[in-house]
Amino acid sequence: MTKLTDLSATEALAGLAAKQFSAVEVTQAHIDANSAETAKALNIFITPTFDLALKQAKESDARRAADKAGAMDGIPMAMKDLYCTKGVRTTAASHILDNFVPPYESTVSQKLLDAGCAMLGKVNLDEFAMGSGGVTSYFGPAINPWSGPEPAKAARKLIPGGSSSGSSASVAARLAMIATATDTGGSIRQPASVTGLCGIKPTYGRCSRWGIIAFASSLDQAGTMTRTVADSALMLKTMAGFDPKDSTSIDTPVPDYMSALGTSVKGLKIGIPKEYRIEGINPEVDALWNKGKDMLRDAGAEIVEDISLPHTKYSLPVYYIIAPAEASSNLARYDGVRFGLRVPGENLADMYANTRGEGFGKEVRRRILMGTYVLSAGYYDAYYLKAQRVRRLIRNDFDEAFKRCDVLLTPASPSTAFAIGEKQDDPIQMYLEDVFTVPLNLAGLPGMTVPVGLAQNGLPMGLQIIGKSFDEMTIFKAASALEKAANFTHKPPFTA
Amino acid sequence: MSIDAKTADKIAHLARLKVPAEEKQSVAGELNKILGWVEQLNALNVSNVEPLANVNDKALRKRPDIINDGGHPKDILANAPSSTADFFTVPKVVE
Repeated sequence: MTKLTDLSATEALAGLAAKQFSAVEVTQAHIDANSAETAKALNIFITPTFDLALKQAKESDARRAADKAGAMDGIPMAMKDLYCTKGVRTTAASHILDNFVPPYESTVSQKLLDAGCAMLGKVNLDEFAMGSGGVTSYFGPAINPWSGPEPAKAARKLIPGGSSSGSSASVAARLAMIATATDTGGSIRQPASVTGLCGIKPTYGRCSRWGIIAFASSLDQAGTMTRTVADSALMLKTMAGFDPKDSTSIDTPVPDYMSALGTSVKGLKIGIPKEYRIEGINPEVDALWNKGKDMLRDAGAEIVEDISLPHTKYSLPVYYIIAPAEASSNLARYDGVRFGLRVPGENLADMYANTRGEGFGKEVRRRILMGTYVLSAGYYDAYYLKAQRVRRLIRNDFDEAFKRCDVLLTPASPSTAFAIGEKQDDPIQMYLEDVFTVPLNLAGLPGMTVPVGLAQNGLPMGLQIIGKSFDEMTIFKAASALEKAANFTHKPPFTA
Repeated sequence: MSIDAKTADKIAHLARLKVPAEEKQSVAGELNKILGWVEQLNALNVSNVEPLANVNDKALRKRPDIINDGGHPKDILANAPSSTADFFTVPKVVE
């Protein structure tokens, strides 16, 4: 029999329904795997909640015995430590929140619990989700279970992408069956790409942001980290839906994404945006992109070359004005008064400045300062308002493109996983990791990474499928075809 | 536009953020580098383009102005660094 930790959620649900194993057995298998020193060395969990997971698994078995099992009953999941979880410490990987225990549960995590998932614990991320490698975490970086084939490479620790670093590392290493993630500029799709996973960032407004610690509120979305397209479809169906507590949540029906899987892509129009063939593109990424095109063409889809998104190159500069601006405003709440760290000062103003100076790490401080500057008197129009105007042009580009095609196919990440210490001297080098993912957040569009192949260095690479607003169904249809053709069955050198 | 040490201090003050002494030098430099990089937006004339703040172009939903929650002072104070009775406490602000 397949190891329980190797099962996808969809496979595990079938086995649970057929009484081949219990939810307690599935959860215990993951807890045992996580207890190994080699697993602990990956530094994935900030706060493990194994006892809670076992309790939830027992309740799951009782529900199943009573024929009351939910849509994901008995699935052990990792929770990105940006989701507030009632009674369980929630840190955002920041010193300023390292003792924060929320008295409430985020809407999305509640939906997963209601569907029967068991929470293995809260997993690592970049501090306040600001980063592309997980290296800004106050708790140290999570390690990618993929290390490349050569021993020299294995000794060189690679990062699992970011900001959802613990989410990607845990699911790739078979230490969690699925994980929640969030995506503000690529924090689901880039880590999925460098760890050989599937992950969807749905349309802005599809999932409730209530109870997820805010980074940039006009860009943040909850999403999935899974090993199969089907698991992402199942998980998103559970997570999505209108929530009156989030004023940007959209009241529209959530379709059954699973029904899109395996359906024919004959005649589906796949657009190839020429501006994504960026200067100096990694030739292997380019080759993978061509391979993905061929796979979808062979499956019956129609490839539409020469789609143009002319303002693509402005996406990163626009993002690095808007996201810090919103962050500087959102993070104003951390002042040492109502929750989190307090560092004393001579007076109240000193206490604020000391608390925030010590509580936030370097990258978070940098973004708060940048955001404060672009919103300050005299610079607001020149930077912030200008960025919002260009943001509309970027969105308009997609509107035009989707008149000629149903989805777009692009790379998901400009390179394979990089090592701890790389790209850290120059913030802009790190920002460029999100060159293929950021435009969607600015336009509010859904996008999904699917693993397609290995580079010559033995590390995984994924492709991104971009859909129309609220058309995740067509993404799943195309992703399912790409997954079938790519048949990505490689496993990282380290697994549970 | 560029940020000198004095401007950096002013921004830090506006953000109520104490910048560690050893970082003061590098902060202005890094912010200038990022600002230099975003200057490429100046190549675009967008003065007649409407700014986009909400991708779904919908007015935010309003809810009835009624109290629908409350009465949880213990929960609210549970994470407070300092509290007395049902109040958050802060350093004295009035002499």
